[in-house]
Amino acid sequence: MNSASLLLANFRRKRIRNILTICSFAVALFLFGLLAVIHNAFYKGIDLAGVDRLIVLNRISLIMPLPISYAERLKQIDGVKLVTYAFWFGGVYQTESNFFPQYAIDVETYKDMFPEFSILPDQWKAFVEDRQGCVIGRKLADRFHWKVGDRIPLKGTIFPGTWEFNVRGIFDGKDSSSDTSQFWMQYKYLEENYTWLKGNVGWYYVRINDPDHAAAVSKAIDNEFGNSSYETTTQTERSYIAGFIKQIGNIKLIILVIGGVVFFTLLLITGSNMAMSVRERTSDIGIMKTLGFSDARILLMVLAESLIIALIGGGIGLGLAKLFTLQGDPTGGLLASFELDRKSIGLGFASVILIGLAAGIIPAIQSMRLKIVDALRRV
Amino acid sequence: MVRVNGDSKTDSLIQLRNLCKTYTRGNESIEVLTNLNLDIDRGDFVAFMGPSGSGKTTLLNLIGGLDLPTSGSIIVDNDEITRISGNKLTDWRARHVGFIFQLYNLIPVLTHVGFIFQLYNLIPVLTAFQNVELPLLLTRLTKVQRRDHVEAALSIVGLQDRMHHFPRQLSGGQEQRTAIARAIVSDPAFLLCDEPTGDLDRTSANEILELLSRLVKEFNKTILMVTHDPVAANHAHTILHLEKGVLIESAKRG
Repeated sequence: MNSASLLLANFRRKRIRNILTICSFAVALFLFGLLAVIHNAFYKGIDLAGVDRLIVLNRISLIMPLPISYAERLKQIDGVKLVTYAFWFGGVYQTESNFFPQYAIDVETYKDMFPEFSILPDQWKAFVEDRQGCVIGRKLADRFHWKVGDRIPLKGTIFPGTWEFNVRGIFDGKDSSSDTSQFWMQYKYLEENYTWLKGNVGWYYVRINDPDHAAAVSKAIDNEFGNSSYETTTQTERSYIAGFIKQIGNIKLIILVIGGVVFFTLLLITGSNMAMSVRERTSDIGIMKTLGFSDARILLMVLAESLIIALIGGGIGLGLAKLFTLQGDPTGGLLASFELDRKSIGLGFASVILIGLAAGIIPAIQSMRLKIVDALRRV
Repeated sequence: MVRVNGDSKTDSLIQLRNLCKTYTRGNESIEVLTNLNLDIDRGDFVAFMGPSGSGKTTLLNLIGGLDLPTSGSIIVDNDEITRISGNKLTDWRARHVGFIFQLYNLIPVLTHVGFIFQLYNLIPVLTAFQNVELPLLLTRLTKVQRRDHVEAALSIVGLQDRMHHFPRQLSGGQEQRTAIARAIVSDPAFLLCDEPTGDLDRTSANEILELLSRLVKEFNKTILMVTHDPVAANHAHTILHLEKGVLIESAKRG
């Protein structure tokens, strides 16, 4: 026998109750895992957004265009390294529920602006050479089982009619959490077919030399186009995405509230279990102290018990959540990413350890302080 | 040899000098032991008798280092344990004292499977072997050495064939024998027994008392036993009565 088998023996004392507590942890951590996945789906973009990328929009509204002539003027502004542009296509593939982002892009510059995506050079070349070509993200390709050479029809909503595109390549994210649910087509293809679009773009992306100067460069850009027919508002890509998510609602707060309630309930359940468990073992603790087990050892024993229950349950819950995410995105790709990353798993385990310790600390201290004569009297 | 007059004799195993213990409950003070003096030599078997609340268990707890006196001193094997506290006292207890408590099987606890009897001498989720091994976990003995010690102790009490049974699978007498094995496994200087035969039938009680006598005779253990049972007390070399906090020597055998 050793300390571990002593812990195991104590665990067996109220097996059902301990198993149920473990199950509570498993369910809570499974839920935590899913909340983390949803949180990541919304906020990962903020983390991944290039710190050196600015987005330039029409000051009036996101849906109002900007002149294509701004591209050259933007390049002249001090601190600007690279400029590209895009336009929101907004087509529908078969049904509206098959939503995915579609961008008409400048094939000369767009790829360089987003080094977090990679594509085979010959596929990119084929895309550039084909006006009706498109490149799609890996996740999108997997979602609709599209492959290079397929012809994809999209029903335009902003640009009426049925548009057909040839899949010329599939790009991957250099990071597993990169958003590869996107569809890129050539801006020129749109421009050639819609004369009102000619000379206009949806927005610009600007890469700057030094991220520390983002505010100054943004101000310089907006000053450059101030008092014109197309005034601009420039912000970092990160704050743009954060603002976009904010429009949907305070998702972070919702997740925090749900997670907080779940963890608090878990703390009460585990704390009550440990308190009962220690209370039932008062005489055992008395005997152990009589035999020479030190107060510190008793404290550690109770804490370890609480911690082990928490870690087993938490491990099962996080493991199940990970397995669930490995089955694929149940929204069919609506979420930019559906992954339980290492950071979230680590955070889950940290929370579990914290709850395990918090639930066990009061009973552990009570056990430590328990006087032998009182313990033996309390049979 | 047992003396209750406080004669100074330094080679006694246990020496109590002017020992007092007072409990305070609210504004009320209850003096349980009053200026108690006692000398017990190695190899003595002493029984303490007296009415309930006379301080027998308190005295045993004080000698075993489970409780602290209000005043006075306790010297055991030249260690003044009243000057030791905290972890050092815990270590001392582990090395010097073997404890055997009363077997309580009168408190029924209703569980989902019916009635069980609560016993506090052994830890119910550990087998007899593991219960006996418990004090050895605090030593530096290897697993093999611990096993040898446990088997030897269980063999002394005649339970080597029951070592893998849980307490609920043992009779009351067997449980007390297991508790005795646990008390002697670390070879302590003396054993403190609080009503070791309480709630046992006469046959089992006699077995336990014979075993305790054997430990004194064959292994030169010193035993201090609290009991209400005159038959049990008769197994001791000396019977001391505790009344109103004062010790009175009432009988001496052999």
